[in-house]
Amino acid sequence: MSLLDRVRALLGDDAVEIASGPDAVPRVAPASPDAVALLLGTARQEGWRVRLEGAGTWLPADAPADLALTTRRLDRIPAVEPQDLSATAEAGIGCDLLRQQLADHGTWLALDPPGLAGRTLGSVVATATAGPLRHGFGPVRDHVLGVTFVTGDGRLVQSGGRVVKNVAGYDLTKLEAGGFGAFGVIVLVHLRLRALPRADQTLVLEGTREDLTQVAEDVAAAGLQPAALELMSPALARRDGWALAVRLAGSAALVAAEEAGLRGASGGRFTALRAEEAHGFWMRAAESFATRPITFRTGGLPDSSDELLDLLQHQVGDEWVSASPGVGAIRWAGDTTVDRLRRLRRTLAGLEVPLTLERAPWPIRSAVGHFGAYREGVGPLVAGLRRTFDPGEAFVVAVEGSD
Amino acid sequence: MITAGLVEALTGIVGARHVRTAPAERLTYARDGLPTHRRVPAVVVLPGSRDELAAVVRLLAAHDVPFVPRGAGTGLSGGALADGAAVLLVLTRLNRILSLDPSNRVAVVEPGVVNARLSAAAAPHGLHYAPDPSSQTACTIGGNVAENAGGPHCLKYGVTAQHVLALEVVLADGRVVELGSPSGEPWGPDMVGLFVGSEGNFGIATRIAVRLLPQPRAVRTLLAAFASLRAAGEAVSAVIASGIVPAALEMMDQSCIRAVEDSVYAAGYPRDAAAVLLVELDGHSDDAVVAETETVHGLLSAHGAASIRVAADARERERLWQGRKKAFGAMGRLSRDLVVQDAVVPRSALPEVLEAIGRIAATYQLTVSNVFHAGDGNLHPNISFDARVPGLRTRVDAASTEIMEACVAAGGTITGEHGVGLDKLRYMPLIFDAESLAAMRAVRRVWDPEERVNPGKVVPVHACREWSGLRIADRGLRIEQQARSPAQSAIDNPQSAIAPRGAR
Ligand SMILES: Cc1cc2nc3c(=O)[nH]c(=O)nc-3n(C[C@H](O)[C@H](O)[C@H](O)COP(=O)(O)OP(=O)(O)OC[C@H]3O[C@@H](n4cnc5c(N)ncnc54)[C@H](O)[C@@H]3O)c2cc1C
Ligand SMILES: Cc1cc2nc3c(=O)[nH]c(=O)nc-3n(C[C@H](O)[C@H](O)[C@H](O)COP(=O)(O)OP(=O)(O)OC[C@H]3O[C@@H](n4cnc5c(N)ncnc54)[C@H](O)[C@@H]3O)c2cc1C
Repeated sequence: MSLLDRVRALLGDDAVEIASGPDAVPRVAPASPDAVALLLGTARQEGWRVRLEGAGTWLPADAPADLALTTRRLDRIPAVEPQDLSATAEAGIGCDLLRQQLADHGTWLALDPPGLAGRTLGSVVATATAGPLRHGFGPVRDHVLGVTFVTGDGRLVQSGGRVVKNVAGYDLTKLEAGGFGAFGVIVLVHLRLRALPRADQTLVLEGTREDLTQVAEDVAAAGLQPAALELMSPALARRDGWALAVRLAGSAALVAAEEAGLRGASGGRFTALRAEEAHGFWMRAAESFATRPITFRTGGLPDSSDELLDLLQHQVGDEWVSASPGVGAIRWAGDTTVDRLRRLRRTLAGLEVPLTLERAPWPIRSAVGHFGAYREGVGPLVAGLRRTFDPGEAFVVAVEGSD
Repeated sequence: MITAGLVEALTGIVGARHVRTAPAERLTYARDGLPTHRRVPAVVVLPGSRDELAAVVRLLAAHDVPFVPRGAGTGLSGGALADGAAVLLVLTRLNRILSLDPSNRVAVVEPGVVNARLSAAAAPHGLHYAPDPSSQTACTIGGNVAENAGGPHCLKYGVTAQHVLALEVVLADGRVVELGSPSGEPWGPDMVGLFVGSEGNFGIATRIAVRLLPQPRAVRTLLAAFASLRAAGEAVSAVIASGIVPAALEMMDQSCIRAVEDSVYAAGYPRDAAAVLLVELDGHSDDAVVAETETVHGLLSAHGAASIRVAADARERERLWQGRKKAFGAMGRLSRDLVVQDAVVPRSALPEVLEAIGRIAATYQLTVSNVFHAGDGNLHPNISFDARVPGLRTRVDAASTEIMEACVAAGGTITGEHGVGLDKLRYMPLIFDAESLAAMRAVRRVWDPEERVNPGKVVPVHACREWSGLRIADRGLRIEQQARSPAQSAIDNPQSAIAPRGAR
């Protein structure tokens, strides 16, 4: 029996998309967590190599594999609990749809990942791609209360739960959030929500990078705690100069007080955006990242942001850059070579700054790896965890590079 | 095997003063903060430096001897206990604050640093370490990392996991690994996140880099009294759903209020109230905090608060908090023994679950006092009893089990901050199926293949599935089981200590 016949026999006709991907890898869309488990159990038995896809809008769907597993039919939202500020969603739901449903219940997931609005929730969790809101609301893992995932040999594993505090058992959720799919296919996510902010205000200041870096420092020194404090390159902000964008979200009183504080700290130089302007501003910046071939993120100490931006400018250019100086995170997009990425990762490692390759075409991804420059003793642990959750090496994931 | 030769070699590493073998000395370490579990370690070793610790661990590895790390021993799940086959490694001498960087708001500490001491050291810089377990004057940062400890102010600022940036860990075989980076961004998978909360099963944290936060400039504290637990629970839900995130939102019931008021920690709580809520709002701007306080005040009134007191000054605030933080100690006055419980429920389920706990207490004729992190739904129903009374212990265990089942049935979990340790092992099958337990065990074996660090804790090994080889053959069966509730699976597991009734 051919691979496709086997899959049809296992999961039914409608699980297989006849219009296979551009590289002719057949695409399978299981409709339930159990179907994912069944498929991967069989893949393990048959030695099939599987690549994972959400909506396929973020990572290019180009890894060599026998079949592509897409989560796009796992798109239910079994629960939204406004009273508890939690929700449970399947991993294939698009972030935009999820956002709408949550808003209907007066709730909000305080994550603004880069990429297109239709990105699946699972891809955001698996790649741990937080956006500017990380400044105020933390990295992706802080929003995930628990996950259910399927291992490379078809086991369904639950970790965490749906309550906001939980220390029962080891926290495998942390491994899945940012694991790039190497430790399992996330099928279900329990989320921590916030009440929809009563007030949500974005203010922008244009200037030189140097000037804006100083303003960002002043804002931090004034003790302000905005939802986002993002320094963006001109191309990304669609402005003539660099832009420092501040987002204030919360109760009306809080936002008013923060806005007054911001005016004080900056000499009243920021311009407030109207609601629809603000929406467009953040959305376009997020989408821009998906229009360049390569994206990576780095994490340094807050006071090293400026130095790191200089380093990036020098080594790979700084046309498409967004930095959260308050938390030391920088995201870069553009085009560059394997050699330059490797060199940059080495240089950064010398400064104790990790570089995570978020997306790139397969030849670059597989050569550079999402991760690299591990610290002492970490490599064997990561290898051990991979063997545990994917003993047959079914998942085609460029965890580490080939150098 | 622990031999005289091994003890001599341990003495060679840390010095005779820091190896304790006399029975009376070892007995000091037979319990943690939970009085119901007791194990006497074979040997107690107190290393004085990271290098001594690593040398001790390598020696124990060479002799194939299990060991248990221990901080201050304030844990409430029996996690820091070692039995006669194991060596207890007490880390309280590793108590240096190695660096404190105010501009990046990062501190690096040894594991034996006491929680409150770190905040005290950060205070001159206008900073503090946010996780504030009520035991913070005694418990260590190492113990906090191992348990992923919480505290009243974790409602707004997050639990320990959200504040740990990097770790240096000595593994079971003595190898030293570095996890995380100075900024908290991982080098690969989030190994720091995985380690935090692993209860000593993955290795010993020897250096811990944590994030510090600015001290809030404006603070308001309210005490609201309610005539019923239900009303107080509903007020909690209302505050949470309002979008205002209080710094802390704590609840105490009448039994707890009276215990506190009868003790030296009397805080002026109204003795006739069925429950009080202690709500704190903080932030950068006084205007905003005042406005939010007014909103919360209105919500509490609207949900039936009989009286609301706003702390007039820092002294009054201290006093209100003192009563809360010392409540466990005060409850100790109620009777000879105290079982401190820990569970979490969805916040909207608080009213029902609190009433269920009241019914369970009545059925078993026990005194249950509730003092807990209401804003997180993190309950601490505490049972006061005298273990010398024949048969009482059995009743306490049965009531504890029923309380756990009620919390799980409401969609909750068996521990929110105290950990599984020994005490909660029997409840793990209530919330995790055999496959998930096996996955946890497999992860533990990546760090510690021989399961020599803190053996017998967290994962009930008998309830695990086998995690090796192909099991395609039993796949059909497995999926059928998956469709049933975890509680049902626990019933099916003959070795489970629990026979739960309610399914989720
Ligand atoms: C009155 C009272 C109030 C409390 N209030 C709270 C509260 O509000 N919130 C809360 O979360 N907890 C609370 N606790 C529980 C307890 O204080 C915490 O769990 C604390 O984190 C334990 O720290 P410790 O140093 O005492 O650790 P121990 O009890 O000594 O050890 C706890 C666990 O950590 C492991 N461990 C210790 N050090 C290390 C290390 N360096 N590396 C690896 N593993 C290690 C041990 O093996 C053990 O499994 C309270 C306890 C008491 C007695
Ligand atoms: C089971 C029980 C029974 C009680 N019975 C009574 C009673 O009959 N009558 C009565 O009046 N009170 C009783 N109490 C109350 C209790 O004795 C006091 O409230 C308590 O001693 C105050 O200590 P604290 O931990 O709150 O103080 P803290 O200020 O936190 O601690 C005081 C000092 O002890 C140290 N310390 C605390 N715990 C540890 C630890 N685990 N390891 C190392 N150092 C530690 C601290 O570092 C600090 O120096 C009882 C309490 C309990 C838990």
